[in-house]
Amino acid sequence: MVGHLLRLKLTLLRNGLRRSPWQLVGMAFGGLYALGLVGALVVALVLLRRADPELAQTVVVLGGSAALLGWGIVPVAASAVDMTLDPSRFTTSAIPMRQLLTGLALGGLIGIPGIATALVALATVWTWARGPLPAVAALVGAAVGVLSCIVLSRVVTTATASLAASRRFKDASAIVFMVPLVLMGPIVAGVGRGVSASTGFLPELAGTLSWTPLGAVWSLGGDVAAGRPVEAAVKLLVALATLAGLAWCWKLLLERALVNPPYAGSGSRKGGKLGLLGLMPATPAGAVTARALIYWLRDPRYAGSLVVVPLLPILLVFQGSRTGDYGTLAFAAPLAAFLLAWSISADVSYDNTAFALHLATGVKGADDRLGRALACLAFALPVVLIFAVGQCFFTGSWDALPGQLGLSLGILFTGLGLSSVVSARYTVTVPLPGDSPFKKPPGNVGQTMAVQFAGMGILGLLLLPEIVLRIAQLVTGNVLFGWANLAVGLFLGLGLFVAGVRLGGKWLDARGPELLAQLTINR
Amino acid sequence: MTAPHPGPHSDPVGHTGPVPALSIRGLAKRFGGKIAVDGISLDVPAGSFFGIVGPNGAGKTTTLSMATGLLRPDFGTAVVHGVDVWARPLEAKKLMGILPDGVRLFDRLTGEQLVTYSGLLRGMDKDVVAVRVGELLEALDLAPDAGNLVVDYSAGMTKKIALASALIHAPRLLVLDEPFESVDPVSASNIRGILDRYVGSGGTVIVSSHVMDLVQRMCDHVAVVAAGRLLAAGTVDEVRGGESLEDRFVQLVGGRNHTEGLEWLGTF
Repeated sequence: MVGHLLRLKLTLLRNGLRRSPWQLVGMAFGGLYALGLVGALVVALVLLRRADPELAQTVVVLGGSAALLGWGIVPVAASAVDMTLDPSRFTTSAIPMRQLLTGLALGGLIGIPGIATALVALATVWTWARGPLPAVAALVGAAVGVLSCIVLSRVVTTATASLAASRRFKDASAIVFMVPLVLMGPIVAGVGRGVSASTGFLPELAGTLSWTPLGAVWSLGGDVAAGRPVEAAVKLLVALATLAGLAWCWKLLLERALVNPPYAGSGSRKGGKLGLLGLMPATPAGAVTARALIYWLRDPRYAGSLVVVPLLPILLVFQGSRTGDYGTLAFAAPLAAFLLAWSISADVSYDNTAFALHLATGVKGADDRLGRALACLAFALPVVLIFAVGQCFFTGSWDALPGQLGLSLGILFTGLGLSSVVSARYTVTVPLPGDSPFKKPPGNVGQTMAVQFAGMGILGLLLLPEIVLRIAQLVTGNVLFGWANLAVGLFLGLGLFVAGVRLGGKWLDARGPELLAQLTINR
Repeated sequence: MTAPHPGPHSDPVGHTGPVPALSIRGLAKRFGGKIAVDGISLDVPAGSFFGIVGPNGAGKTTTLSMATGLLRPDFGTAVVHGVDVWARPLEAKKLMGILPDGVRLFDRLTGEQLVTYSGLLRGMDKDVVAVRVGELLEALDLAPDAGNLVVDYSAGMTKKIALASALIHAPRLLVLDEPFESVDPVSASNIRGILDRYVGSGGTVIVSSHVMDLVQRMCDHVAVVAAGRLLAAGTVDEVRGGESLEDRFVQLVGGRNHTEGLEWLGTF
């Protein structure tokens, strides 16, 4: 039975790859990335063999504890755990619980994260190959440790399954997880600084951790090598008890989950609240604006990119605080303008086949384009203005404001115009409605890349006047260039915006059905 | 699919009766190497309750998509109340209410918002939309959940909210692709009541289905489609010719009707 489950997992994996060669490419990239990471870690662990035992013990225990913790946290935070062997699908097959558990646990090893963890854990055997006994102890530790990782992740996902099935939780966790991801640089730098400031504290931490369920399993080799067999034996007991406890928890949770499938319902609410749809003017374009704004707030795929915007100046300020030069802040407004304007170039792709409603109701293409662009403009314009003014306020160089505003507004208006044209004609692969914003579905990656690069290239060309004027101002220091830039950014930008909406609308009127057909394929 | 060949109803020249609600001629569509619809011609009389039946993959959805302006045909034309769907799409779409099968909805809107949205998209007056949305939600038993997001609706509720979106502008022709799929019996009978009244007041309804019983009871006209071709069309009584529609359908489609084998199924 366990063999059947493993074969099932492999078959699913293979068939998934067979569906589209691009998925294979994606997996190859993921594999290469993991291979690089695993390679580096394995080399480090091999080199540690010659290091001082205490140092090696500290590194192995801390690293192992972090890995175990990661296996517990990541599945919840990213709601991205591999559910190919979802236990609830076996409900009707009446598989004995013990075999189901073993099969699912070993199945969890198949896949990039499982294999990578196993390889790195096995490398610790080499670290402690300072004698036969330490090596054997490390091998036992590695095996128990990897199993603990997988069982822990299963416990966590099973425990939160009913939570994770609720749409609200999925939406919220996707957005919340975005924040640490964007701030990864500062966080890593901060932690790095903290760690290097307190190196003396680390061996102590490792020592403490090695008595806890997190670290015990990783300390076996080191303790045996250091000649503390009794301690090692006690820690082995801790480690085995941890694994047994986790397995027991998993079994209990799974037994309960199998007979109580997650229920994602919610109470019913009466209508009467039209929200933005009631506030906007009752025209087709107004309705599209309202709908798009509702989506910017409610759909995590949009809201995710909104979360990035306020973090942008934080990132740049952090960058500046490290070098003492806050010049990079000048990028905040243009960058935000670009990100927001370009984000609607995938608007129709985000609609997916819901776009059929626009087609069925016979909305004029220009109304469709205008509505989407205005929705983005409604918050992008204040954001860009605040960033531009804020930067001058922060650095005190008010001379830069007109030029900065001209460039940013130029990017915003031109970008919105170009996006309106691009999304009227080309679809790109985006996460499906309801999916996590981090999940890229297999699709026409080639077209996505081509559309993105060509679009950005054209945007660069269209923005040449503003860019040249901005550079001229920076070089000569003449404020006149700044005022000229403001005029160009406003008028040329608005002109291109209107032209983009018109052209996009015309293309949409002519090729709406073809666009829907493309979306149907991407579905 | 070399040339669109005339179907049994191909009579565009000698047509003297009233303008049909929907008239399609030689519609054909190919997806890659597979011919999904192979030259279908059909007239749907105004004021009829028209059923389109066929096995899975017969080309029902493809035909209806091409007739309603959602999918561009490779060959053929579709005319709604005298307006060519592919030459004057915006005008034709004003006359039609469409419930497509297998497309998503803007499901991050509440049910009420979604129906309002489809009314406003058609350029309707705000107050008219508000009144009609209330009545539609009430009639389709959706009022208690009107404030919930459509993404949290059950399959049947989703069907009903999509139907409400198709009805909001009081179209002259309703094209409903599988409208009763996963709808509970009470709601289904409500919907039938609404549609009957609509046809009684001169509207035209086209439904696709593979529930023969339903079509026989509900519709006055029926067309049988299989493998992308039209096998029979006319009033329900003409097509079934004294038999039940289901038996006639199986004869026409030529499905295998053997129940031998599987003896072990009784051995427990």
